[in-house]
Amino acid sequence: MRPDLAVEIAGISMKNPVMDASGTFGFGTEYRPLMDISRLGALVTKSVTLEPVHGNPPPRIWETAGGMLNSIGLQNPGLKSFLANKLPLLQSFNLPVIVNIAGKKVEEYVQLAAAMEQAPGVAGLEVNISCPNVKEGGIAFGADPSSAEAVTKAVRAACSLPVIVKLSPNVTDITVIARAVAEAGASAISLINTLTGMAIDHEKRRPILGNVSGGLSGPAVKPVALYQVWRVCQAVRIPVIGMGGIMNAGDAIQFMLAGASAVAVGAANFVQPGVMLEIIDGIEDYLVRHRIPRVGQLVGALEIS
Amino acid sequence: MAISAPGIVSRAKPGQFLHIKCGEALAPFLRRPVSIHRIDREQGLVFLLFQVKGAGTSWLASRQPGDALDMLGPLGNGFRTPETNSSLLLVAGGIGIAPLVFLAEHAAGNGSRVKVLIGARNQDHLLLLDKLEEAGATVRAATEDGSFGLQGTAIDLLTQALQEEGADMICACGPRGMLVKTASLAEERQIPCYVSLEEYMACGVGACRGCVTKVLAGDGSITYLNVCSDGPVFAAGEVAW
Repeated sequence: MRPDLAVEIAGISMKNPVMDASGTFGFGTEYRPLMDISRLGALVTKSVTLEPVHGNPPPRIWETAGGMLNSIGLQNPGLKSFLANKLPLLQSFNLPVIVNIAGKKVEEYVQLAAAMEQAPGVAGLEVNISCPNVKEGGIAFGADPSSAEAVTKAVRAACSLPVIVKLSPNVTDITVIARAVAEAGASAISLINTLTGMAIDHEKRRPILGNVSGGLSGPAVKPVALYQVWRVCQAVRIPVIGMGGIMNAGDAIQFMLAGASAVAVGAANFVQPGVMLEIIDGIEDYLVRHRIPRVGQLVGALEIS
Repeated sequence: MAISAPGIVSRAKPGQFLHIKCGEALAPFLRRPVSIHRIDREQGLVFLLFQVKGAGTSWLASRQPGDALDMLGPLGNGFRTPETNSSLLLVAGGIGIAPLVFLAEHAAGNGSRVKVLIGARNQDHLLLLDKLEEAGATVRAATEDGSFGLQGTAIDLLTQALQEEGADMICACGPRGMLVKTASLAEERQIPCYVSLEEYMACGVGACRGCVTKVLAGDGSITYLNVCSDGPVFAAGEVAW
């Protein structure tokens, strides 16, 4: 018998635990010519803000050992254009759509949440309080437990959608933030966002990224991500979506063993479009090989003697 | 480098690129965008011409006959196809000649008069003069050290060419400084001008917004477009240099 890959995160039913990490998959349609998107467990959009955001000056991308830095700066067409031009296409994929929202003030998160509640076909929200590449908002909310709590509470009150709060690893103790958002009513937590970093051109004595600093992602961050996910899963009782450098099914399974109920794939999409489908198949193979009937049985199954 | 890729060849247009995985493992991590240099439709071959700059291109250059390559493409929007019987000026700086050969062959085959203005550091960096002439293009060359052709740059050739005759369209690929000057010469004479841009790239398909270039929107405001999916060829007047 084929193993059961279905999971439920905060009331969102997914046919498997694999989704894209926000910002690495655009608004879904960009990868349509290259893969069968409808096979994903869920689709997470790039961050949507109230007004259009132009983003940071280039260069925005720099390759690093085992990964990459990016400093996009939340470039997106804004709420109105998202609802009119992006969301209808997303609905055609026939899978749960999780909309990532970002704001400069609590009030903006509230307005975005209320608008998404009214929009057809939004399965849940991912609240970005962890972008390292914008001056206002973003990580400013995610680095301080009381601000993280305030945003979460406000979004929770503004809509009845599942609220997934995305956390930053750029903090002293991520479990403090995780507990704060859980107590404030988050339905689930996703982590990690990128690690803040920079690159320097020593010949020119200048920073390489137009924004000076950026966010590090890719396999280089995976050990950090695994540890943070494992710690957060010990600290809270709400489901966790794990991400950070997942390149293959083995990586994804490691996050689930650490306690993640689902996983997201980011930079790997750039290297190998369609890698998420291979990861889904690989998880199924693993379950067959280990005679595990349901993928949920992997969650937190790490054995520490 | 010639690669058998009939699927890509059947859809390829001048100015498009391939996004190539360079290396078997994680290094280098990202794919490398390489413009399509030429195609051979009958044999289903795509040709690449690139400069070895770092780990990715040096891996690519060391492939042996019979090796397989992991390529995405053709990607991006190419050059606008010139109208038949039009006159076309192609401006190339150094390795920027690579995609312009495909365009020259395509346009010459279309009945257009194609003149290629090619500038390079020295004679050794001047590529493909024979190929271009074979395709039916007129070629003018310049080298910075005067070892071949005019001593000067592709811009000197363009200035000269525009004094001698007009053109229906100018297309350029090369260093940013050369593109800026090409754009301004074209604007002075009101000749439509298209430039092929380069930027560090991650996804190659428009998803990550990583490879943007600054452009002027219709209302005069500044915004960013993706080099990979909105370009790599842009109307010169659209780019905020």
